[in-house]
This record gives sequence, structure tokens and C-alpha cells, in this order.
Amino acid sequence: MTDASLVETGRETEFTDYIALLKPRVMSLVVFTALVGLLVAPVSVNPVITFASVLFIAIGGGASGALNMWWEADIDAVMKRTQGRPIPTGRVTRNSALIFGLWLSGIAVTMLGLTANYLAAGLLAFTIFFYAVVYTMWLKRATPQNIVIGGAAGAFPPMIGWAVATGSIGIESILMFALIFMWTPPHFWALALFMNDDYTKAGVPMLPVTHGRRVTRNNILGYTIALVPVAIAVSFTSIGGPIYFAVALVLNVLFLKGAYDIWKRTEKQAEADKYATERKMFRISLYYLFLHFAVLLVEATAKNFGLNWAAWPQWF
Amino acid sequence: MSGADSNISDRRKRNNLMLGGVLLAFVALVFSITIVKMLSGMGDITNSKRIPATEQTE
Repeated sequence: MTDASLVETGRETEFTDYIALLKPRVMSLVVFTALVGLLVAPVSVNPVITFASVLFIAIGGGASGALNMWWEADIDAVMKRTQGRPIPTGRVTRNSALIFGLWLSGIAVTMLGLTANYLAAGLLAFTIFFYAVVYTMWLKRATPQNIVIGGAAGAFPPMIGWAVATGSIGIESILMFALIFMWTPPHFWALALFMNDDYTKAGVPMLPVTHGRRVTRNNILGYTIALVPVAIAVSFTSIGGPIYFAVALVLNVLFLKGAYDIWKRTEKQAEADKYATERKMFRISLYYLFLHFAVLLVEATAKNFGLNWAAWPQWF
Repeated sequence: MSGADSNISDRRKRNNLMLGGVLLAFVALVFSITIVKMLSGMGDITNSKRIPATEQTE
């Protein structure tokens, strides 16, 4: 995208265009999971430090989004879902997005290091690098396993939140990381099943594009089965408990059923109802992750009010 | 000033105000972090629930 397209649109860059570069919807997930990771840690943190740390984690996440848009401007212009983004529409130049992303990355990492600790800052720097370079520049256009490995970038925020509070990495933060990491493939593949045409047009080697929908359905079921023990294992750590266990059990049964429904369908059935089951699975996956982290917060609050579940087993 | 010029001027003013607001908020945040760090002692931002070793021996 050149500066000429900016002139063609006949409109100046607005403040809100730069906000759009930060992918606010993705940022909201980053903020939420990082905040939960921070609040469930067995150490209380000053509210100002909590606010500032989550803000810098969010800015770091947003910066990686801007770098992603800088690199993917060509793909974004082709895909229906991303055509309205600031670079394809010419509201922001590619160069501006790059400079904006790099500056924000530097500010976020430096400020998190000064505000919290250097482990958290290091993890944030690695997350930005992983998303912008490993996922966006390398994996996304190279392999159908792009979102499996790239999913790690979205899984780091609760680990960073935990590191802000404790200054370390524990089994709890590793399991929160694993929960998002294992959740990412079924979530994105459910989306890719009904957005396949977009990815095909852009030449992105998503699993349904390279291996077909049947293989994708098998993989969704496989990854969902692998996700269940991870989600349940969190129950038996210091951040889990019977409330989390009960909610996780229900959510995992629902998610497994969704994956099974997708697996047993034929293409003819899916096309007949315009991928209704796949769309439903995608919606369930959003609630799935949100509720797992929300209930961790409920457990932490219950413990703060003196509910210690003394008889509840803690295996990890 | 024509209607179009006035519109552009308004938008620029709004953008500058928003940018100014963000910068002010950032300065206020850095100031708050500094105060918290000074009050709690450099490098110790947490209120650890662990009992200090000195209290354990008493």
C-alpha cells in the first residue's frame, strides 16, 4: 500500500485509525486473560501497578497487532473480513503502521520492565516477537500448522500477568498458557471451516485450504479431546477448586459435543445449513475461554473471602 | 472559512485533543507508578503474604 492510496481516499488519518491498528477486540482478550493471571496469583499487587501492568501488556498486544497489519496489508486487502482495516482502506500508510507498532512495542516492554519486573517484560517482548515475526512473517503463509504454533502468542498474557505478580513462572501459569494454546486450533479451525473461501482467495494455507474440510474436522475433534485434560487439570492447582471444576466440566462436555457434531457432519450437510454447526462451535469456543478464566477469578475471590476448600485435592 | 475547511479544522482539533489527553494520562500514570514505587520501596511492588524471616524467628 503506497501513500498514493491515502491521497485517493481524500481523508486525513484519524486518531481512531491508529486505535483500529491495535486490534481492540483481540486486545480485550489479552487484557482479560492477563488480568486474571495477575489477580489469581497468590500475591497481592498494588492497584496502580496492576492497572499499569495490564495497560502495558495490552499496548504490547496492540503493537503486535499493528505490526501484523503492516506485514499482512496485501492479504487484508483481499479478504472480506479484513478489507475495512486502516491500511487496505488507505487511511494509514504501511510505513506509519510499522513505526507505530515498533514504538509502542518498545514503550510497552520498557515500561512493563520498570513497572513490574524484567521477567514479565521479557515475556511480553517474546510474545510480540512470536506474534509479529514467528507467526505473521513466517508460519502464517508457510504451513497449515500456522495457528497451532502461532497460538502460543495469544496464550502468553496470563503467564505475563502471573509473572507481574509473582516474578516467576509456576505450574498454574503454565496450565493457563496451555489452556489457551490448546483451545486456539479448534477455535480458529471452526472459523476457517465457514470462512474457507476468504483464506483460499488470499492464499493463506489454513488447514481446510491445504488438507480439506474432512481433515480439519478430524483435527478439531482431536485437539478438543487433548484440550479437556488441560482444562480439568487447572482444577487441581492452587488457583482451581470445586467451582472451577464444576464449570469446567460442563463447558468441556459442551465443547466436546460441538467438536463431535462437527466431526460427524458431511460437507453436504454443512453446506445445506450454511455451516450452522461450525458457527455454533465458534460461538461456544468464545464463551468457553471467557468462562474458564472468569470462574478462576470467582475461585480467587472466594478464597479471598476465606473459602479455602481444605478437602479439595491439589495435585499440581 | 468554507464548510469543508471548518470540518477539517474541527477534526484536527479533535484528534489533537485526544492525543493530548493520551499523553497527559501517560504522564499521570508514570507519576503514579513513581509514587507507588517510592512509598513501597524500590523493586518491591507486591504485598507478599509470606511471613518475613525476622517475624518467624520471634
